Amino acid sequence: MTTTLSDELISVPEGFDRDEVEQFLYREARFADESDYDAWEALWTDDALYWVPAGGADIDPARQMSIIYDNRSRISTRLKQLRTGRRYAQAPQSHLRRLIANIEFLGGRVNAAGGVDLELGANFLALESRARGNELWGGRVTYRLRRDGAELRLAYKKVVLVDNEKPIPTMGFLI
Amino acid sequence: MTSVIGSRYDQLIHRDRVHGSLYTDPSIFAEELEKIWYRTWVFVGHESEVSQPNDYVRKKLGPQDVIMTRDREGQIHLLLNRCAHRGNQVCDDAKGNSGTFRCPYHGWTFRNNGELIGFPFFKGYGERKLDLAMGRVPRVDSYGGFVFGSFAADGPSLIEHLGDAAGEIDRLTRLSPEGRVELTAGWLQHTSRANWKLLAENETDGYHPQFVHGSIFGVTGSTIGPLYSDSSTAVTRDLGNGHSENDLRPEFRKFAEPMRWFGTTESRVPDYVAAIRAKHGADAERILIEGGPHVMIFPNLFIAEIQVFNIQPVSASECVQYSTAVQLAGAPELNRRMVSQCVGSVGPAGMLLADDTEMYERNQQGLAALTPEWLDVRRGIHRETFDEKGHPVGSATDETGMRGFWSHYKNLMETP
Repeated sequence: MTTTLSDELISVPEGFDRDEVEQFLYREARFADESDYDAWEALWTDDALYWVPAGGADIDPARQMSIIYDNRSRISTRLKQLRTGRRYAQAPQSHLRRLIANIEFLGGRVNAAGGVDLELGANFLALESRARGNELWGGRVTYRLRRDGAELRLAYKKVVLVDNEKPIPTMGFLI
Repeated sequence: MTSVIGSRYDQLIHRDRVHGSLYTDPSIFAEELEKIWYRTWVFVGHESEVSQPNDYVRKKLGPQDVIMTRDREGQIHLLLNRCAHRGNQVCDDAKGNSGTFRCPYHGWTFRNNGELIGFPFFKGYGERKLDLAMGRVPRVDSYGGFVFGSFAADGPSLIEHLGDAAGEIDRLTRLSPEGRVELTAGWLQHTSRANWKLLAENETDGYHPQFVHGSIFGVTGSTIGPLYSDSSTAVTRDLGNGHSENDLRPEFRKFAEPMRWFGTTESRVPDYVAAIRAKHGADAERILIEGGPHVMIFPNLFIAEIQVFNIQPVSASECVQYSTAVQLAGAPELNRRMVSQCVGSVGPAGMLLADDTEMYERNQQGLAALTPEWLDVRRGIHRETFDEKGHPVGSATDETGMRGFWSHYKNLMETP
């Protein structure tokens, strides 16, 4: 399928209140921190993309290895596996808390339905505690949010870990 | 050389059990570096990672940083990333293209075969030439594009080391319509706080998948689980020299469906199936039904059908597992699927390998408890048979591969 979508960002779309957007991002972070899989899954659009590249920020995910490259179906599979309670990399679950900062409205992104998603950038730090030690995760997140009536939805989340060019330990939680 | 009470490793490694200290003792790890990692053939990378003259890529050989280079004549070298002057690292980038490496410290410059070609202010040495060079891994050889290095100047050739495991690499390369594998999708780098041998043993352990991976098999309805069931017709084979495989072909032959090994059907990848039929004629159906190998090549290369793993040790209690998707030259239809499937399965967040790694790490923790001292590897001893080549063969879930690993390990560790 060829796409006619432009790679260019357009201007920030109307209808996204900064406070509402920030509250949404904090909620998404809390659901992930608390392994609230149902609430977290409900945030996503049907054309969702959840991406954690490896070996840099701008790889071609169709040809290069990513740490995570989940469409909506694979997000669902990942969460189903977590819900079995036998996804041992996350059973027991990590104890997590993350901070999100430096939130910027970067622009608008035309989506496949012809609407315009809001593209945001932010930095994050997450402290993960597991039986075998603590892990500090940090990086840059790019989000795309979509207006859905009174709600916001998450269409895209790309997490570029600062150390994605080095060996990293198991990352079983929702980053 | 031998004493009447037997060597240290004779005492630690029995046919049916191995001692826990083998995974935890730093002095054993130091000896492994000397007698395994710095002596035998170790997988380092793939020729396709340095496809053009003067390409280079940084790799690990054990804990050492090596640069895999292709010189302008096309020959591949493994150089130790260390300046001949004061030991600084001469190469900082993960990969690139350059005929020379210039040390940032004092400007010494080396050709990509390791030769010293210049140093500033030569009067300080009284001459323009010095008999210095970058360290080189003395023996470099490849098979099917897989590049191995050996720090031993003499010893068995690579083909001798691979033995019957070479045929498993052949099984992989013949899946390419052009007979060529490429490892060009980049490597995930997954730290495991566990001894490297726990990984090497697990790669052909057909006993664990139903338990460790039951969560994902159940969710996806995967056909992998039954391959490793108690009633599976697949076998585990000790290929010799520490290599082992889960030979899944009996199961795939039973179904006799082309591409089942890849979890798909021929109608979904028609161009690929047509290309294999055009290339292999009468042999094509067998190739399409039997699929790729599931082979652990001692000490650190694991080929699991569509993905390749490279294990490198860091310490007695830590190693890194590098993983990438197999890419088959002339099979674009398959290659994207292989990247996608591989990304879902392997690496730090992979729906299979993250759970394996969890087991390695818990295993390492478990070994901190010192009783009962031994790890048991007797599963299937009583029903082991020998194939026509004399290789021990066990059932799908037997520990035949582990016993082969330990037998070879003991030989190497007992060689002065």
